[in-house]
Amino acid sequence: MVDEATRKSLSGIPLLKTKAGPRDKELWVQRLKEEFQALIKYVETNKQQDNDWFRLESNKEGTRWFGKCWYIQDLLKYEFDVEFDIPVTYPTTAPEIALPELDGKTAKMYRGGKICLTDHFKPLWARNVPKFGIAHAMALGLGPWLAVEIPDLIQKGVVVYKEK
Amino acid sequence: MEELKKRIEQLEQELKIEKLKNETSSVARPKISQMSSEVVDSNPYSRLMALKRMGIVENYEKIRDYTVAVVGVGGVGSVTAEMLTRCGIGKLILFDYDKVELANMNRLFFQPHQSGLSKVEAAANTLSFINPDVQFETHNYNITTMDNFQHFMGRIKEGSLTNGPVDLVLSCVDNFEARMAINAACNEINQIWFESGVSENAVSGHIQFLIPGKTACFACAPPLVVASNIDEKTLKKDGVCAASLPTTMAIVAGFLVQNTLKYLLKFGQVSYYLGYNAMQDFFPTMMMKPNDGCDDYHCRLRQKEQRESLILNPVKETVSEEIAAVIHEDNEWGISLVDESEPVVEGAHSEIAPGIHAAYDLPVAEEVVEGSSDSVDANVSLEELMAQMKSM
Ligand SMILES: [Zn+2]
Repeated sequence: MVDEATRKSLSGIPLLKTKAGPRDKELWVQRLKEEFQALIKYVETNKQQDNDWFRLESNKEGTRWFGKCWYIQDLLKYEFDVEFDIPVTYPTTAPEIALPELDGKTAKMYRGGKICLTDHFKPLWARNVPKFGIAHAMALGLGPWLAVEIPDLIQKGVVVYKEK
Repeated sequence: MEELKKRIEQLEQELKIEKLKNETSSVARPKISQMSSEVVDSNPYSRLMALKRMGIVENYEKIRDYTVAVVGVGGVGSVTAEMLTRCGIGKLILFDYDKVELANMNRLFFQPHQSGLSKVEAAANTLSFINPDVQFETHNYNITTMDNFQHFMGRIKEGSLTNGPVDLVLSCVDNFEARMAINAACNEINQIWFESGVSENAVSGHIQFLIPGKTACFACAPPLVVASNIDEKTLKKDGVCAASLPTTMAIVAGFLVQNTLKYLLKFGQVSYYLGYNAMQDFFPTMMMKPNDGCDDYHCRLRQKEQRESLILNPVKETVSEEIAAVIHEDNEWGISLVDESEPVVEGAHSEIAPGIHAAYDLPVAEEVVEGSSDSVDANVSLEELMAQMKSM
């Protein structure tokens, strides 16, 4: 079930319209434009709400994405690299977001540092094809994952603060 | 520096493989050009050829002509590949991007000394020692990304012993994305395949036979789940993603290969869907018809071809347990879509057949709500948007 906080963050993200994946040529360019517009809006909203927590960019084909996400606890900023590929079956299937540097450090990950999503994520995604995009995957997938796992990993001493 | 490290890693791996080859080559048996049914202790095929003598299989040697692609060489796929190798299959094409890890040792097949090796290479190495008559082709990559997917489709189309399409694709992957990718490829190239899976709680599994246009494809309905009769509320998922048991995986691999043999060697009846509920030892079966509104264009195209060929050559087929892929229920569970204000309601899940239900329900088409008013400004180029995002 989607909690109030997630619902609120979802409400700030425009829905996408074009159902196209990386194999769809021109339509994919259209979809990519929608993806970027939704992401830009989402980051802007996050900034306004003093909840800025990630940056993403892609290769020029829009098939490989990378960037940073961070989590703030006790005024310390814990930062992680984020990466994922857009699968050929996108947007029917969601991208599998990975934090490679945490691979092997928590049981809440699949191989390669792919985050383990809740049972609610996939049905929710499936019901909202093609309206959900990368911004939604971040808000519904990575955001809640960081909020639950990072404090736990900090407490266990698995994640330690690094001076920048 | 990084590259050098990678190169050393690669060389270490190659060394490891060479060492293994040397250790095993001294005891490896020579290739056998023709399967014999002679019962002598040196004939690895005598018990298989006995199937022919007993009248179970008409022509067992035929197995040497067949090529099977195994996608995913993990707990199910590695055991599947071993069984087919021991049965004397002609050629195996193995796909997997993963490496062997010590965390895999609760499963069969791989051994601790192989950790660090790519699964496909480690598997081909062990298997060619078990049966040098089998041809192996390995691909160490993720099939769901653009470039690899094209190559994957090419190997399915041209990977057989005669450079034609493979005889069967076996999906032994552990995730929805890869299954959907295999489904898309098989619908597009009209390739018959089997799906297999073990649940994340390790106590149920299934195999499914997919004939494009004739049976439901993997995208025709939400993923099917064998009821494990465990109260969802008591199922704890905190702290772990997935559990696994060698038993469940081996049982599913056994079902998969048994049905592969039945299909290739034409004996018995091939199951369209066979479920396994380990808690009750319950094995539901059924056959599911394709969904004419399937999301996959090529699935709909294959269905059209199927209908046309049925008109030309009507066959009377009797399948007692045929089930339509989509059950258009009234919206009695209050399924709703997320729009910007509406809450999401989780519904009960349609039972497809006794003991088998959909993992979730999808909204019916009429319910689709319009997107937000934020539409794409046609004057903005993708490059500008990328730059804008980058400068934030
Ligand atoms: Zn379909």
